[in-house]
Amino acid sequence: MMDINQYLEIFIEEAQEHLQNLNQNLLGLESNPNDIDTLNEIFRSAHTLKGMAGTMGYDSIMNLTHDMENILDAVRNGLLTINSGILDVLFECLDFLEESINYISENGKEDEKNIEPLKKKLLNLLNSNSASNDLEPVKNNEKGIDDFKFNQYDENVAEQAIATGMKVFRIEVVLAKDCMLKSARAFVVFKTLEKYAEIFKSYPRVEDIEDEKFDNSFKIAIITSENKDKIKKDLESISEIEEVIVEEYSNLVSNEVHTLNEIAATQETITVKEEQEEQEEHHIKKNKVGKTVRVDINRLDNLMNLVSELIIIKTRLEGIDSDSQNKNMSEAVEYLERITTNLHDAVMKVRMVPIERVFNRFPRMVRDLSRELDKEINLNISGEETELDRTVIDEIGDPLIHLIRNAIDHGIENKNERARNNKNAVGNVYLRAYQDGNSVVIEVEDDGKGIDIAKVKKKAIENRLIDKSEAEGMSDKEAIELLFHPGFSTADEISDISGRGVGLDVVKTKIESLGGTVEVESISNKGSKFLIRLPLTLAIIQALLVTIGSEKYAIPLNSIKEITSIEKDKIRNIQGQEVVLYRDSVLPIIRLADVLDVKDYAEEENELTVVIVKKGDKSSGFIVESLIGQQEIVIKSLGKYLAGIRNIAGATILGDGQVALIVDTNSMI
Amino acid sequence: MNYADQNKQFVVFELENEEYGIDILRVKTIEKMSNITRVPNTPSYVKGVMNLRGEIVPIIDLRKKFDLQEKEECENTRIIIVYVDDMDVGLIVDSASKVIDISCDMIEAPPESLGNKENSSIYGIGKLDDKVITLLDVEKLLSA
Repeated sequence: MMDINQYLEIFIEEAQEHLQNLNQNLLGLESNPNDIDTLNEIFRSAHTLKGMAGTMGYDSIMNLTHDMENILDAVRNGLLTINSGILDVLFECLDFLEESINYISENGKEDEKNIEPLKKKLLNLLNSNSASNDLEPVKNNEKGIDDFKFNQYDENVAEQAIATGMKVFRIEVVLAKDCMLKSARAFVVFKTLEKYAEIFKSYPRVEDIEDEKFDNSFKIAIITSENKDKIKKDLESISEIEEVIVEEYSNLVSNEVHTLNEIAATQETITVKEEQEEQEEHHIKKNKVGKTVRVDINRLDNLMNLVSELIIIKTRLEGIDSDSQNKNMSEAVEYLERITTNLHDAVMKVRMVPIERVFNRFPRMVRDLSRELDKEINLNISGEETELDRTVIDEIGDPLIHLIRNAIDHGIENKNERARNNKNAVGNVYLRAYQDGNSVVIEVEDDGKGIDIAKVKKKAIENRLIDKSEAEGMSDKEAIELLFHPGFSTADEISDISGRGVGLDVVKTKIESLGGTVEVESISNKGSKFLIRLPLTLAIIQALLVTIGSEKYAIPLNSIKEITSIEKDKIRNIQGQEVVLYRDSVLPIIRLADVLDVKDYAEEENELTVVIVKKGDKSSGFIVESLIGQQEIVIKSLGKYLAGIRNIAGATILGDGQVALIVDTNSMI
Repeated sequence: MNYADQNKQFVVFELENEEYGIDILRVKTIEKMSNITRVPNTPSYVKGVMNLRGEIVPIIDLRKKFDLQEKEECENTRIIIVYVDDMDVGLIVDSASKVIDISCDMIEAPPESLGNKENSSIYGIGKLDDKVITLLDVEKLLSA
């Protein structure tokens, strides 16, 4: 066998994309069952997947997608109508495919799972439909033809035919009750019509008619240039036919007069149909395929590291340059700086991925959950175009799933409870992403019952995290923090009482490992909101270098609002918190020397330099000794040994080779 | 494997006139003292971080870690960079100069009377000629 491994990665990536696409479009179809474009898109994705799996030799994926295609085809031809039963089975198939593909990506070969049950389900869908139609009494009146509906696809065909001067008829043929060879009679009908007409649709399907899978009547739609009476007469002359109803299909288009010179074009309506499809397909593909290259993330990491090194050495050159008098040197260094900055931006952009990639999977999850729990949930997603570093994107999915599950499972009340509280029966979950300074914020909010502080405290006491007296003295905020305690809740017990807390410590740990923070806001009976704040860039940022005593620190520039100076005696003390009145608002003051425990810092002058830093809509003033200036810095982690140190976000290497720490302003505000 | 079974190589360093040894396979480099940046909110024995050829490496003051008296750094002060559990960590020692071979049968388990506190990070006592060398288990030293 040819070495297929080199294609494996591509296959998996693409297959996952197609699955995502399928999931999304199926959801779209669920809310809008008549959207033929979505249906076509689904069909295309399934078809491509089938082809890909076939090429790679993954038979069960191929077989399953093939059967899915059959269903989709039946829907497209109007033989099946989209209902939740069909969608459920299709979703089930997607889950199966996803599992198979994950299995392949881990093991390099297809797993031996049995697809028969699913195949059977799909087959049942097809059959049950025709079976139920068999049972339906056939109406013999003219109106009976009405339920032989054209879908948009057929309408297009019909309209085109009419536009070229042809006529479209819908015909119902009722066979005599004692007719012995129904399919033979039907065959004669088809043969008769095919002499001068194009049959483009039949109900039941032609195959079913051939197999006598119909009652006493069947319906067909034809395109012809003959008139109604001739057709009726021809058909009625066939023996054992009880009744023929012929109805001309017309719509607005048919009223317009068109030249006949395009008749030739309609000769092969079927081919026209196919061509159309192909064109459409081609068109969409053109839109989709921007020129892209798939790159291993490790190579990007490597590139990023090299850029980081370059920036460090550039900073060093700048230092040397400021000492030297050589004008050429200065120019060269300036030019170098411009290039490295651009290079850095470019590399960063390469690594940025819209968060859509993660958000995409949630509508499906919410749909499943809301069915499972019998709660009606509306998921409102916004800001999915917000971009984040690829590594963050890869990691953020699980924590978000956790939070959304929590919101639906425990946050949103059941229908009765919502009704009692005069709330809309449909619960809302909001998923928002937006950029704020140099961080990206993701919010998961629900309009459920909020966090029950008393129960959280009770649970914490039961789990011996706090004792009674501690609980009494605890603020609501502190109590909510308990949710993130590793010992808070490990089992589902909590989910039947107050809800929140199932493994939230895992969420917190994960997000902190990405350099982010989690906050919770909760209002009883109004809902709760989880706020995840993540660093936008992971590696290189602009920072303000400051000194405190003999030490140098870096403050990320993006979070700095302004720099000002205040007089020492303007500082007031309110409940143990130093504040200053600045621009008519109260600004909390944080002495960095105290927070960072700097020993050799002595405040001598009355005039203090204050860096005002913002976080969301809050801001604080940080007192520093003096400013060095703005510099591009490469963020380095302090390493595993010093992980999780308060108030420090990381370190950076300055031009002179010294290490400066990066102040984590977010955690201090 | 016979040789390895019989002999082990250790980097020997001095701390308060006592000799200690670290398994040479754990040692990456030995550096002279350079600028160390203090990191706030860390245990007192964490001296800070330093720039080791573009990497940030945490530095531990072994004197503090072993509750010995502080000593001004001098010409001989060295930082031994050890590689443990996927991370580099530097250990400040009074001096480090040699590598010795100790045959395995000259290594004894640490005496129980040594007290529990240090006990955990001591791998064994090595005897060489008339000298006694405390052999450190770096992994335990750093996880404690």
